[in-house]
Amino acid sequence: MSEVMVFAENNGERIHPVSYELLGKGRELTDKLEGDLSATLLSGEQLPAEELVYRGADRVYRGTDPALSEPVETSYKEALVSLISEVNPEVILIGATNFGRSLAPRIAMALDTSLTADCTGLDIDEEKNFVQIRPAFSGNILAHIKSRTSPQLATVRYKEFAEADRNEEREGEVVEVKVKISREGAEKVKIIEEKRGRRVNLEDAEVVVAGGRGLKKESDMQLVEDLADTFGGKVGASRPLVDDGWIEREHQVGYSGKRVKPGIYIACGISGQSQHLAGMKESDTIIAINNDPSAPIFEYADYGLVGNLYEIVPELIRQLKEGN
Amino acid sequence: MRDLTFIVLIKQVPDMDQVEFDYEEGRVDRSSAPLEPNPFDLNALEEAVKYKEELGGEVIAISMGPKQAESTLKDAIARGADEGILLQGREFAGSDTWATSLALGHAIEAVGDFDLIFSGEKTVDGDTGQVGPEVAEFLNIPHIAFVSGVKARKEDEVEVVSESWGATYVKSMELPGLITLTKDVNEPRLPSFKDKQKARKAKIANWGVEDIGIDQENLGITGSPTRVANMEVPPPEKRESMLLREDPGSAVNQLLEKLDLGRSK
Ligand SMILES: Cc1cc2nc3c(=O)[nH]c(=O)nc-3n(C[C@H](O)[C@H](O)[C@H](O)COP(=O)(O)OP(=O)(O)OC[C@H]3O[C@@H](n4cnc5c(N)ncnc54)[C@H](O)[C@@H]3O)c2cc1C
Ligand SMILES: Cc1cc2nc3c(=O)[nH]c(=O)nc-3n(C[C@H](O)[C@H](O)[C@H](O)COP(=O)(O)OP(=O)(O)OC[C@H]3O[C@@H](n4cnc5c(N)ncnc54)[C@H](O)[C@@H]3O)c2cc1C
Repeated sequence: MSEVMVFAENNGERIHPVSYELLGKGRELTDKLEGDLSATLLSGEQLPAEELVYRGADRVYRGTDPALSEPVETSYKEALVSLISEVNPEVILIGATNFGRSLAPRIAMALDTSLTADCTGLDIDEEKNFVQIRPAFSGNILAHIKSRTSPQLATVRYKEFAEADRNEEREGEVVEVKVKISREGAEKVKIIEEKRGRRVNLEDAEVVVAGGRGLKKESDMQLVEDLADTFGGKVGASRPLVDDGWIEREHQVGYSGKRVKPGIYIACGISGQSQHLAGMKESDTIIAINNDPSAPIFEYADYGLVGNLYEIVPELIRQLKEGN
Repeated sequence: MRDLTFIVLIKQVPDMDQVEFDYEEGRVDRSSAPLEPNPFDLNALEEAVKYKEELGGEVIAISMGPKQAESTLKDAIARGADEGILLQGREFAGSDTWATSLALGHAIEAVGDFDLIFSGEKTVDGDTGQVGPEVAEFLNIPHIAFVSGVKARKEDEVEVVSESWGATYVKSMELPGLITLTKDVNEPRLPSFKDKQKARKAKIANWGVEDIGIDQENLGITGSPTRVANMEVPPPEKRESMLLREDPGSAVNQLLEKLDLGRSK
């Protein structure tokens, strides 16, 4: 029987929501493969497994070891490789988070098997082949990839698929697995410092207001911040502002920054180069403010305000406040 | 003590701003674009050169690709690498990330002792970001991916900043190891005219399958576990844009009405 296994990434407190999306997609795949859906929950201290069952896992493999309390890939690789070798799943889905994209290749190499990166589509074709669809060439094309080895590994983008429905009536099995991790490997990477909380979570924001090189000086970032505040949104930026140190890199939107899909994205003084578009073009509504009517951003926006951002942004704030 | 050895992995890629995408035929025309080093690999190279400048040692740039990738390795030498090695031969062509990592791993073993390997976070064409960690696994050394800052460079340890699990971490890693670099880590230097001249005359070692002792069955399209079955070139996702060119007051008013953000009037 072919099993589809979902890796439930967590930081010791919270299971990353991409795991629930993978369970949703995983169920579709197992329906076509007539197989089982499982989830793997590894952590430093034991975490509750029910939520993964409510979201559709027929089985949860739960493994606990202090070495798993920190994001150290070699420890996770060891734990997963021994589990995978025992269970022999056909397909393994891993969220394309920084950790997932760093961990999955180690597993693929350790098992000498296939891995596709950052998938946005997954399907089973008529011959029951697993087809993995992924953007490449900086997001300009979609490649359809097939594998000739087993298990077939894929990392999958966050917010690409809907979360699996939650049903507390569902039943599943929780299998406690023995985790084998060599201390020696685990000690080669040490955590010196961890900064949590301060980070902006741009990916989950409903409104993102982003500034670009149309801003003349660093203190003008305030304008963008004020607009974001008025919307109750978060501040984004194009790469040059980050390179100049006007804002931290957690705020960068684009190919080498964050990929966001908010309800409203407002680009202020951003020209709309392909590398910026790669990070925001899937937003529900895009509003561009730019004084150059031929700026490419206007071709990707739903609404274009042609004019000086130094006049338009304050006016937007004023009218929004007035409206409330 | 032996000198430190730094290895940088560099792929030659098309300048993405000049690649032509044929939406009708569903084709990518790479020949339309000039070739250049993968942008993130220049960050990797810069970091290796900084390490060398601080602690001494040697920087070796390795690339797998066609003969013309020699120019990318010469570029690397102009930017501070001491040596360039090109893995070249038709057996290598068409390798996926697993096969590529196997080949690069064998080449690194053939180089001998090393301390730190630097790779880019991903390439702008294949775009997987898998080769760095796969090479580390092959060599059985630790790695840290998506490094955005290097805090301390030591002979037996490196201290870096990277993001995972929704937090920012400072981690130290015992050497030998591998790091993959983001563009935030540094601003790659531009080579001087003199350095470019010198690099032009540099000899690039060309290594084939025999030189690295790899079984060619593991290479190329037939040796790769994945295969690109099909490529779609979707047209750019342009939108029907409503342009508002009036004075700011009425443009904003119209916008807010359209957005229907619960305003009166
Ligand atoms: C490998 C690689 C990765 C990259 N990754 C990213 C990435 O992740 N994110 C990213 O953003 N970029 C990225 N870039 C850079 C990208 O190519 C562009 O250089 C960048 O997006 C341009 O930023 P910008 O639009 O703010 O600046 P510009 O292109 O300079 O545009 C500024 C705009 O402001 C307008 N403007 C000026 N004054 C005003 C005013 N008073 N009022 C209104 N409008 C005004 C101008 O008309 C212009 O359109 C990457 C590049 C490479 C090679
Ligand atoms: C459209 C398309 C989709 C693809 N999808 C997949 C896929 O899902 N899975 C898969 O296994 N293969 C895939 N491949 C094949 C893959 O692109 C090649 O294996 C390629 O040789 C390396 O992968 P990359 O470009 O993604 O490199 P990445 O893994 O993104 O590169 C990371 C770093 O590794 C180093 N590096 C990578 N390649 C080389 C090289 N040739 N020489 C020196 N250093 C290098 C560089 O430092 C680089 O910055 C795909 C190819 C195409 C054309």
